[in-house]
Amino acid sequence: MAVLDAPRIVSARTEYEDSHTLARFLATGGNDALRKALTMHPEAVAAEVDAASLLGRGGAGFPAGRKWSMLRRSAISYLVVNGDESEPATFKDHFLVERDPHQLVEGVTIAAYALQVSQVFIFLRGEFALGLERVQQAVNDAYETGALGNKIFGSNFSLDVVVHPGAGAYICGEETSLIEALEGKRGFPRIKPPFFPAVTGLYGEPTVVNNVETMSNLPWIVLHGGAAFAALGQGRSTGTRLFALAGQVNRPGVYEIEMAKNTFRDLIFDPALGGGLAPGRSVKAIIPGGVSAPWFSPDQLDVPLGQDEVAEQGSMLGSGSVVVLDDSSCVVRAAWRITKFFSRESCGQCTPCREGSGWIERAMYRLEHGGGREEDLDLLLDLCDNIAPGLTWPPQQTTICVLGPSIPSSVNSAISMFRDDFLAHVRHGGCPHD
Amino acid sequence: MSHFRVELRQRAEELVALYPRKRSAMLPLLHLVQEQDGYLSAAGIAEVAELTGTSAADVRGTAAFYDMFHLEPVGKYVVGICTNVACLLAGGQELLEHASETLGCAVGATSDDHLFTLEETECLADCDRAPCVQVNHRYVRTTTAPAFDAMVADLREGRLDADVPAHGTLIRVRRSGGLRVSREELAAERASARAERELREAKG
Repeated sequence: MAVLDAPRIVSARTEYEDSHTLARFLATGGNDALRKALTMHPEAVAAEVDAASLLGRGGAGFPAGRKWSMLRRSAISYLVVNGDESEPATFKDHFLVERDPHQLVEGVTIAAYALQVSQVFIFLRGEFALGLERVQQAVNDAYETGALGNKIFGSNFSLDVVVHPGAGAYICGEETSLIEALEGKRGFPRIKPPFFPAVTGLYGEPTVVNNVETMSNLPWIVLHGGAAFAALGQGRSTGTRLFALAGQVNRPGVYEIEMAKNTFRDLIFDPALGGGLAPGRSVKAIIPGGVSAPWFSPDQLDVPLGQDEVAEQGSMLGSGSVVVLDDSSCVVRAAWRITKFFSRESCGQCTPCREGSGWIERAMYRLEHGGGREEDLDLLLDLCDNIAPGLTWPPQQTTICVLGPSIPSSVNSAISMFRDDFLAHVRHGGCPHD
Repeated sequence: MSHFRVELRQRAEELVALYPRKRSAMLPLLHLVQEQDGYLSAAGIAEVAELTGTSAADVRGTAAFYDMFHLEPVGKYVVGICTNVACLLAGGQELLEHASETLGCAVGATSDDHLFTLEETECLADCDRAPCVQVNHRYVRTTTAPAFDAMVADLREGRLDADVPAHGTLIRVRRSGGLRVSREELAAERASARAERELREAKG
């Protein structure tokens, strides 16, 4: 049975039709947390976030508090908010920026205060035209009401927030690539080390990059305390999380549930959540955590939706996306489309990714559309092994960023789980589903 | 002479002023060029180069990296249909093929009347209403072929002008307010806060 009694930390206001307006924000406790934070010592605010053990909600799941403490040792800094949500089948940041932009701005202001930063850039996907309008409106409203700008609410803290549009590039979700884009360049990920923008970030200065959902959690954490947040969830997976459920389920959507207390089965089948599959259909595969993640089989439906629980099973919770493929779907076609995505979005800097993604895509294409050979399966696995040697999880790195090593996940999963489906494609000379 | 219209030139200069370095305004400025011209015209690129202190070649090279920037003229409406995995499972590929027939243009091409450009997109982060369709980067949420055709008919008749504005993802974005403190004052404020922190850390 699904556990649904946890408070809704980031999506409570979205119950209202007008959740994006200033009036609704102010009528539902808006800025209470910011006012409270401004009476606290900045380091006390950061300490609450540390106590909450808030894991970054972008995909990597790095503890937000640790990101901040690494920065606080160095001098000047920028806070950059990553709203470039582009991982396929992930749509929870889209939900937050359109439905509760003021909460985001409040969270960002709290974070900037904790970090004592006076310049924030909110980087939003260029495709979020409405999201850009609403977040800019929320920023304008904040200036108007004294929640941003010079001496916020009469405190000694001043802050400027700039809303910055992206222009369509998956790779810009990678934080060093996002910084390059923010500097007005092509979105090429930067060579590591340094691994963290907290060392060398925007304009070469120490920079913290945090995800939209991470920021949206901060007002609740400040109001209720880090301990209350950490009391939710289990183990390292504290608090609640937005899960973006997509694919072949009855009720796809964004659901906020307590971390690690519910399983994939709960999310997919509970009537209050995914509501199950179409009549007569069963789960064939699940893609947890975005298309960069290895797939799960129906045997893994009872794995809890927690950071470590999913990692122990050889995949990742990643971006909080969950895609369901039912038994009518063609896994070869799905895996081919995912490799086509990576091939299109590879930035081209590193040979294994640039050449490998295209080669894999062409082999997958002919398996799905005709002309595939049985040897292609070994070829595909060999190509995957060249990009991420050993095909381990987490993958070995041969490239500047993690896009390359993400390519093998779906191909490797599909071949190892559904080899017979691939062979059927070879025999049929194309997709037997067509 | 500015290629930008007066109002856009003013917005462009305001955008440049938002950033510590002019070049950071590159992507927003290119969106403004598309708002005026529909695509990245040579004159628009030259003006962005002037505004950002770069060269036209540099601007073009940067713009070419990003899917949303069009280096060739496009139709009045750019229709994007997602075929990535969640949309694929919901019939995105079939809807794309249908759209190609309805609009009378191949995927990636522009219709003869210059009204429509059709694009196959990657995930647009609206997967609970798959397959996802955007027109000029507005979600139109027509997930079936008949709904798509009706939407196209509405576009042709101008009935969706309020929902689907012209090009430029910033066309309805206006910034008001801002930090009325000079960069120098802000730097001084930051420096004193930092000195305070360092003093505390030295003590602690």
